Amino acid sequence: MIKQAKNEVSDEIAIGIKGMNKWFGSFHALRDIDLTVNQGERIVVCGPSGSGKSTLIRCVNALEEHQSGQIIVDGIELTSDIKNIDKIRSEVGMCFQHFNLFPHLTILENCTLAQIWVRKTPKVEAEEIAMHFLEKVKIPEQADKYPGQLSGGQQQRVAIARSLCMKPRIMLFDEPTSALDPEMIKEVLDTMIQLAEDGMTMIVVTHEMGFARQVANRVIFMDMGQIVEQNEPEEFFNNPQSDRTKLFLSQILGH
Amino acid sequence: MAKNNAAFVRHQLIEEQAPPITERGVVKWVRENLFSSPFNVIMTLLSLWVIYSIIAGVAPWFINGVWNANSVRDCYDILDGATGACFAVLKERFPQLIYGFKYPSTEYWRPNTAVILLLFALAPILFRKLPRKFLLFSLIYPFLAYWLIWGGTPLVPVVAFLGFVIGIYCFRRFSANAFALGAIIGVIAANIFWVLGGYVVDANETFLALQAVPSRDMGGFMLNILLGTIAVALSIPLGILLALGRKSNMPIIKWICVLFIEFIRGVPLITLLFVANVILAFFLPPETSIDLILRVIVMMTFFNAAYIAEVVRGGLAALPSGQYEAANSLGLDYSKSMRFIILPQALKISIPGIVNTCVGMLKDTTLVSIISMFDLVGMIRGPILSSTSWNGVYWELFGAAATIFFVVCFSVSKYSQWLERQLETSNR
Repeated sequence: MIKQAKNEVSDEIAIGIKGMNKWFGSFHALRDIDLTVNQGERIVVCGPSGSGKSTLIRCVNALEEHQSGQIIVDGIELTSDIKNIDKIRSEVGMCFQHFNLFPHLTILENCTLAQIWVRKTPKVEAEEIAMHFLEKVKIPEQADKYPGQLSGGQQQRVAIARSLCMKPRIMLFDEPTSALDPEMIKEVLDTMIQLAEDGMTMIVVTHEMGFARQVANRVIFMDMGQIVEQNEPEEFFNNPQSDRTKLFLSQILGH
Repeated sequence: MAKNNAAFVRHQLIEEQAPPITERGVVKWVRENLFSSPFNVIMTLLSLWVIYSIIAGVAPWFINGVWNANSVRDCYDILDGATGACFAVLKERFPQLIYGFKYPSTEYWRPNTAVILLLFALAPILFRKLPRKFLLFSLIYPFLAYWLIWGGTPLVPVVAFLGFVIGIYCFRRFSANAFALGAIIGVIAANIFWVLGGYVVDANETFLALQAVPSRDMGGFMLNILLGTIAVALSIPLGILLALGRKSNMPIIKWICVLFIEFIRGVPLITLLFVANVILAFFLPPETSIDLILRVIVMMTFFNAAYIAEVVRGGLAALPSGQYEAANSLGLDYSKSMRFIILPQALKISIPGIVNTCVGMLKDTTLVSIISMFDLVGMIRGPILSSTSWNGVYWELFGAAATIFFVVCFSVSKYSQWLERQLETSNR
């Protein structure tokens, strides 16, 4: 039996999205998205490629601009105002499919740079914080190496530590294990499960359904830029309602 | 298990032994690289013959070279029909080749000192391992060098330097609230200081003054170094700004940069130099007298900056968009993500291109000889070759000029290769 890692979910709203639309040129990428995420909630977003799941979470920290509707993160509304965007970005951590570590900086520098220049943390303290989180993702011994010398799984764990160093209240994961070899997926998922157990608010775009069952409070299924179905994981997997969801689940769980 | 006595135990270890003589050192190298096949043997012998004939042809010219003579006639007399170079011209006209023919000979120590100090000023910029405190000297150096080379009272560069310091201080002070406000206050404060400082300078023109040397008296290789160093030093930051401007989201800034780059790149440098020399004089009011060297430096800087901008743009485009996104998602604003994440990587990629353009610029400084400035080539083409005593000594003079430029440019390219290896982090 899979161990359930589910914590208390508070009533405080972490992310509120209302009637949000997004176009790439004339392509309607996100259609009328409504989504509320409470503090401490862990949400897994799945769906076929091109369904808009990555775009959705990239809108949450303004890597993509939405054209209509409202996104409120941690009480701040996302508008084109640069100050709001920078404030939200320092509260929201993000992990990418391709890690996007800074190859010209050491692991430690990757983790301290934003602390020093955004949070204005003194260097010594920033390094202590960085080492704390590198220990948490179990690679403190790699601190002085460069990203190019690490394996994919290690790089992704560094990327998670780098985000955590900013003490974010929300973490976004954009297919964090899709670019990894199978034997490295587990080490990254373990790190994420540990993070979930600590009560982090998380939105995870992933196809790791085992992870979804174990960690998520809610699973969201997207297709054609819209939310097709959302439910608690047990219900979602055992009793999917829409035909599109059933087809998708049969395809990814069928082998 | 195999059938026939697969069991085996070694009781004595075999000592390591040297490979046979044909498989080591020089012999192996010669066999593999020079005489590996009949065709290879023929090519080797042919090459040896070519190298021999070149050396045999050129060697007497060098060996018989005359170093002490007063004119090209003397050289021929001394050589007495034999093949030989007339290096005496280099010796006799050495000061002219290096400093031009008008720089006062009692003051040669000043450019010499400036060049030596230049090495100290460049060291902390070129070698990252040196203490960062040395950069302070690099900041002061341009003002010091101005005083050394042009002379006059040191108050001029001191006032100029303090003006910059005050401007930057004001900018730092006020830009925390609003960038534009800080920039405007900084510029105004610096200008007020310069105007006030101007009165002080006018009142104390002889204070600690060195003999003033006007710009038109600069010449020789000193002029090449002067133009090259200043143009390269100014054009790299300007080029980076242009490249960033070209990628900017703000349409007006973007179009200004695009127009500037495309216009300057589309015009030959020599045209720009003629504009600096002649045409500007028609357009500027008659009483303005902007120094010719300054006009040339501005044109060369613009020219080089346009090329560097395109090289850097290539570097920026080569970075995966994930780097921009990662920097943004950590909350780094535009200037910080550029400074710490994007530019260090983009510039690293651009090093070969930037060095390529800058080496080209160093050599292109000789084009000023066409607008009648007497740089190294200008000195050779003008006063030296047209003098009766050295008329016709082409090979020695241009050979010397080529050698000097080769040494400088080759060092620059060697440095850049070293720097690229230093910055290599991906597969160390």
